Amino acid sequence: MIRYLLSRVGQSLVLLFLVSLIGFMVLNLAPGGPLSQFALTPGMTKETLDRIAEQMGLNRPLPVQYADWLWHLVQGDWGKSFRDGRPVLTIINGHLFATLLLMGSSTLLSVVIGTWIGIRSAVRQGSAFDYIATVAAMIALSIPTFWFGLVSIFVFSLWLGWLPAGNMYTVGDGSLPDIAIHLIMPSFVLALVNVAVWSRYMRSATLDVISQDFVRTAQAKGLAPRRVLMKHIVGNAMVPMITLAGMQLPTLLGGALVTETVFTWPGMGRLFLDSLGYQDYPVVMGLLVFSAVLVLVGNLLADLLAAVVDPRIRLD
Amino acid sequence: MTQDKTRFSISRRQTLMMMGAAGVTAFGPGLAGLTGAARAQDAPKGQVVVGFSQEPTVFNPHLLHIEVDEGVHYAIFDPLFDVDTEGKFYPLLATEVPTVDNGGISADGLNWKITLRDDVKWHDGTPFTAEDVKFTLELLMNPDFRSWRRTGHEHVRDLTVVSPTELTWRMDKPFAPYAAILASTFIVPKHAFEGVDPNEAPFNNAPIGTGAFKWQERVAGDHIELVANPDYFGDGPYLERVVLKYIPDMTVLYTQFKTGDIDVAALQWITPDHYEEAKGLEGRAVEIVGNAFFESLTFNMSKPQFQDLAVRQALYHALDKQAIIDALYYGVPSVTETYMPRESFYYNPDLPQHEFNIEKANAILDEAGWVRGADGIREKGGVRLAFTNSTTAGNHLREQAQQFIQQTFREVGAEMTISNLPPAVMWGDYWMMSQFDTVIVGLNVLTGPDPESSDYFMSTSAGATGGAGQNTWVYNNPEVDELLKKGAELVNPDDRKAVYLKIQEILRSDLPFLPIFQYAVIPGYKTGLQGYASNINNRIDTWNIRSWRWV
Repeated sequence: MIRYLLSRVGQSLVLLFLVSLIGFMVLNLAPGGPLSQFALTPGMTKETLDRIAEQMGLNRPLPVQYADWLWHLVQGDWGKSFRDGRPVLTIINGHLFATLLLMGSSTLLSVVIGTWIGIRSAVRQGSAFDYIATVAAMIALSIPTFWFGLVSIFVFSLWLGWLPAGNMYTVGDGSLPDIAIHLIMPSFVLALVNVAVWSRYMRSATLDVISQDFVRTAQAKGLAPRRVLMKHIVGNAMVPMITLAGMQLPTLLGGALVTETVFTWPGMGRLFLDSLGYQDYPVVMGLLVFSAVLVLVGNLLADLLAAVVDPRIRLD
Repeated sequence: MTQDKTRFSISRRQTLMMMGAAGVTAFGPGLAGLTGAARAQDAPKGQVVVGFSQEPTVFNPHLLHIEVDEGVHYAIFDPLFDVDTEGKFYPLLATEVPTVDNGGISADGLNWKITLRDDVKWHDGTPFTAEDVKFTLELLMNPDFRSWRRTGHEHVRDLTVVSPTELTWRMDKPFAPYAAILASTFIVPKHAFEGVDPNEAPFNNAPIGTGAFKWQERVAGDHIELVANPDYFGDGPYLERVVLKYIPDMTVLYTQFKTGDIDVAALQWITPDHYEEAKGLEGRAVEIVGNAFFESLTFNMSKPQFQDLAVRQALYHALDKQAIIDALYYGVPSVTETYMPRESFYYNPDLPQHEFNIEKANAILDEAGWVRGADGIREKGGVRLAFTNSTTAGNHLREQAQQFIQQTFREVGAEMTISNLPPAVMWGDYWMMSQFDTVIVGLNVLTGPDPESSDYFMSTSAGATGGAGQNTWVYNNPEVDELLKKGAELVNPDDRKAVYLKIQEILRSDLPFLPIFQYAVIPGYKTGLQGYASNINNRIDTWNIRSWRWV
């Protein structure tokens, strides 16, 4: 077990290094650079941009810049933003809570609703419910989140006036109920797609289990149908869901680019988009490493958990 | 074995139960929050929420920044004097605007004297003195500081603090635009930079100014909160609190203006397609105002296709400007013949009017000896009249304009290939070093309200030929060079006007760029807000936020 863990951590470190190297190359080898966005600022001259590039160390050779960045990272210094000069970790930390809140609540919504729909569809395979759930899932998966978000804003904010059109809270308020009411629309919009995903996975996992011998045995023993469903079927069908949940962890913290933009939610997804837009390389690199760590940790956790829950899986 | 199995089944059930419980909590606060919405709608009267579609992140006004950052600078800092909507200077930290008449500037334009107010305090209580002004002007030239602009300041010599309220300096040459540059040079406190690297001073993220509003807090990615400075030396402020809200999408910006979440739809304003609807909104004032940027089809004059004036003239005749404005921009911007905004004192209204005329364009090219080849594309002396046109990929209006222009150019035997690039690539060396054939671009070549534009039109300013400016046309006209030099040195505005009228006339006939339109923007605000005034001379909505008030 320890050996297994050590080798996984070792693999992860190598992967992290590769991810950061490739990310750095992709960012820096593209023509233009972090300063080109200032070219059209009135009064800007080539001289000024060249001077500032020099002062910021942007015209050093790329391998030197990468080695410098990596050396600082190893020492725990993630660098500073080109835009506001704050440390990258402080910036990421500042956006983490918003994302955690949004993604957390929408994931809970989708897991609860999705699992329920999935189980019900599987148990009543071929019923009207199953049929409707299948079609609805296909539709939900096909609707662009952007469009669905705007339509929701139109209906619930502009038309009915029930919910705020966006933002995480009313400026100056920020109390729990205030945040909660702002959370409703974006988390439901975001949950829509995930409900579809979860219900499809749960349905097929449940169907797999239903046809197994031990279920038939349980039924033959005369156990109450409800007990068979909860204990034998659902319990076993949850195992593959753990892997799915592990893979969801990075998206959970990585934020949702589109939803966060439509609902002006100050989370990680928008930080990433903004940082890319402004060519804020230190922050982009920081986010890249951060999400790579999440992916690796998420997968590792999922594997470990699956082994704990399902004794048939051995880690060696 | 049996025991083990039981244990695992419990843990699985527990997992399910936990999920269920969490689901309930996710719904719980949502329902409880309904009362919160009702309360949120009556915002306190003393607060204004300004919506920006970009996020302000640079709070030291002398570091490299973008337009939107100045939204914060104007609220927190003051320059010595500023420019009003009419283009006139009015004093802020200085007691009066220096002129030749009041003795602030010597007749030759070389010696400057500034008298400062004696009743100004920094937000932290420290008195403001001439030392701060001196520090600011020196900081801009500090070789270790990533100063975003040195133009003008580089000519300052012998900066002397005569008394806490007076300072003088000498210019190494007369430079008329300097007043306009000073009008956007915010004074920063010397004491905030003592003993720290100016690029990384704590001040840069918690600015201290003399302005009408004080820094309160920033929630990165969301908003910036400023509070009234009760000790402000001037008139105002009349608002208890200002919130500068970042809304990353322009459709959402408009939606939040409509719902009332934001009080002012500021930079980058309401999109033209929403103008008709926005005009009819109850309790909102919406207006079209001119902006100092102009849209043009810009030539790289060093390419062989564009050496011949006839080509540039013919292409201008083949450009249906009005159709582009009406069909794509909802008629909001206005046709122009020059780079100078019509609101400017230096605007030349007598330039020849452009005429969209395909026959004329063809006649000009025929006469100049450009002969159509088998494929219908003209050619002369081995040069095909074929070129690429580039702009920022993803700018939908421009991309549609390009397709439109491509068609009309084709009718005169010119082949324009569209080759768009992502912004970082487009405005990097490709633009700065003139590696393009033609570009569609929106530019502001002025120095604030001043007509000085040597960095753009002077032949020595072309990056492609080793210059340090932004003459990306690689435009070279000795007469214009002379006029630009003269315009920068003359002190009297009327004398200068003659010079800049002439420059516009020459550019109109040389056509290094085909002017399409002068930009117009559509700010909106709640009608209860008094004092909001668009100012073409200051590029951000909050330039006079000290006078805003609710009525």
